[in-house]
Amino acid sequence: MKEEIIIAGFGGQGVLSMGKILAYSGLMQGQEVSWMPSYGPEQRGGTANVTVILSDERISSPVLNSYDTAIVLNQPSLERFENKVKPGGTLIFDGNGFHKFPTRTDINIYRIDATEYAYANDAAKTMNMIILGGLLKVRPIVQVENVLKGLKKSLPERHHHLIPMNEKAIQIGMRLIKKVN
Amino acid sequence: MNDSEKHNMEEVRLMKGNEAVAHAAIRCGCDGYFGYPITPQSEIMETLMEQEPWNTTGMVVLQAESETSSINMVYGAAGCGKKAMTSSSSPGISLMQEGISYLAGAELPCVIVNVMRGGPGLGTIQPSQADYYQTVKGGGHGDYKMITLAPASVQEMADHTVLAFDLAFKYRVTAMVLADGVIGQMMEKVVLPPFKPRWTENEIRQISPWATLGKPATREPNIINSLRLEASDMEELNLRLQGRYREIENNEVLFEEFSVKDAEYVIVAFGTTARVCQKAVEMARAEGIKAGLLRPITLYPFPTVEISNLANKIKGMLTVEMSAGQMVDDVRLAVNGRIPVEFFGRMGGIVPSPDEVLHALKTKIIHR
Repeated sequence: MKEEIIIAGFGGQGVLSMGKILAYSGLMQGQEVSWMPSYGPEQRGGTANVTVILSDERISSPVLNSYDTAIVLNQPSLERFENKVKPGGTLIFDGNGFHKFPTRTDINIYRIDATEYAYANDAAKTMNMIILGGLLKVRPIVQVENVLKGLKKSLPERHHHLIPMNEKAIQIGMRLIKKVN
Repeated sequence: MNDSEKHNMEEVRLMKGNEAVAHAAIRCGCDGYFGYPITPQSEIMETLMEQEPWNTTGMVVLQAESETSSINMVYGAAGCGKKAMTSSSSPGISLMQEGISYLAGAELPCVIVNVMRGGPGLGTIQPSQADYYQTVKGGGHGDYKMITLAPASVQEMADHTVLAFDLAFKYRVTAMVLADGVIGQMMEKVVLPPFKPRWTENEIRQISPWATLGKPATREPNIINSLRLEASDMEELNLRLQGRYREIENNEVLFEEFSVKDAEYVIVAFGTTARVCQKAVEMARAEGIKAGLLRPITLYPFPTVEISNLANKIKGMLTVEMSAGQMVDDVRLAVNGRIPVEFFGRMGGIVPSPDEVLHALKTKIIHR
């Protein structure tokens, strides 16, 4: 198994930490993982993105030009990455603030209105976990129990009481995601 | 033992390459880190500050007022036989060049980590490999060499930090870990090296009898200096250094091969670029092209003999770098015109993609 993922959005949407949680989840199930953030000027006020690779074998390039799965959380990221999803791959977007929508027909496109849900339910801090839940519903690349183990490993102990809230957010995301093509 | 075997035996962690350097430095008994922050390597000092090793191993971590100051603090600590290090990124390393030359002239061992970013000038903060010439051809003045290790993974960031100290003290030279922004910033699995205590003063007297630790009545004073006004003295120092460099060239070459055995075309690349090229080789193999990869792990000493031998067996070589083409000179010297050696690179902070590399291999070498 090998999954090459790009997650992209505005700084502050939890893009890098979602990637980190995915990487830790892969670690928990004994996979090779790599997490490569954009750390350039784009991160400062513009878009942030992170490439996450989970693989059963040694990972060669941590930098890619096409992806199995793209998760895009803002319009510029959709424009940048829609064409970089491999044919037959998966594109997940949060429609909040979008005025143009994905058009490809050779990939599986899903919409998850996590931002809208998070604001309506006072859950902004778990918005990225809602999206992660959506991803795991349509691409079950890591098991939820390994995500929780990964959270335990990556969070300092004083934050462990937040883990159930994150688990709930994953469940919500699994319900919210919808296929659009 | 390869990386995956190591991972099965020890505690596997997930961290950035920069963080791995910091942890490895503490664990291998480093006495002092002196540095000044610069992207993309600031996490090295940040991690050291978080770890507070002065409370555990007694290691000093100090933010100097500039890179010039950092390298001279390293000079001072190294003169006392201490395991001293600094780290920076390209513009900061340029500021250190005078100190690096003086360290060579004074025959002092130390470790420098350069997490390269795009230049020239203040440049960009994104990854680059354009400091190859500066590192292996001598950025400072005089005939000196630095052992140069080029990590291609977070695991190697940790391993090379330890190895760099070992080699620096073995030969009384500077050992540089020459990484790039990708290796510094990416997170991967890593198993940290075991804890080694810092050397005691007695151990330092044994290991480095030249160190300035206070003069006992039984010997002449030890003097740490790079000034020798008598030309014959200066030539003597140079001959000693050159002798040591030949020894390094004979003993310390490290490289890795991937799919080279039956290859007709070989890509030569180091660091992050080698990882990208490995993917390009995988793609080429899937198309039936017999491609392979040779990754120099030490850039100085360079795997000249291995590349020369390879040139007798294959049809062409492509060197790929995040620069305008620097290491390609050393590949061409090794090949000495026997087969075509071409270059592909991106500059200014752009990482080449596997597709681009495969395209370059086809157009510049296979169908040239």
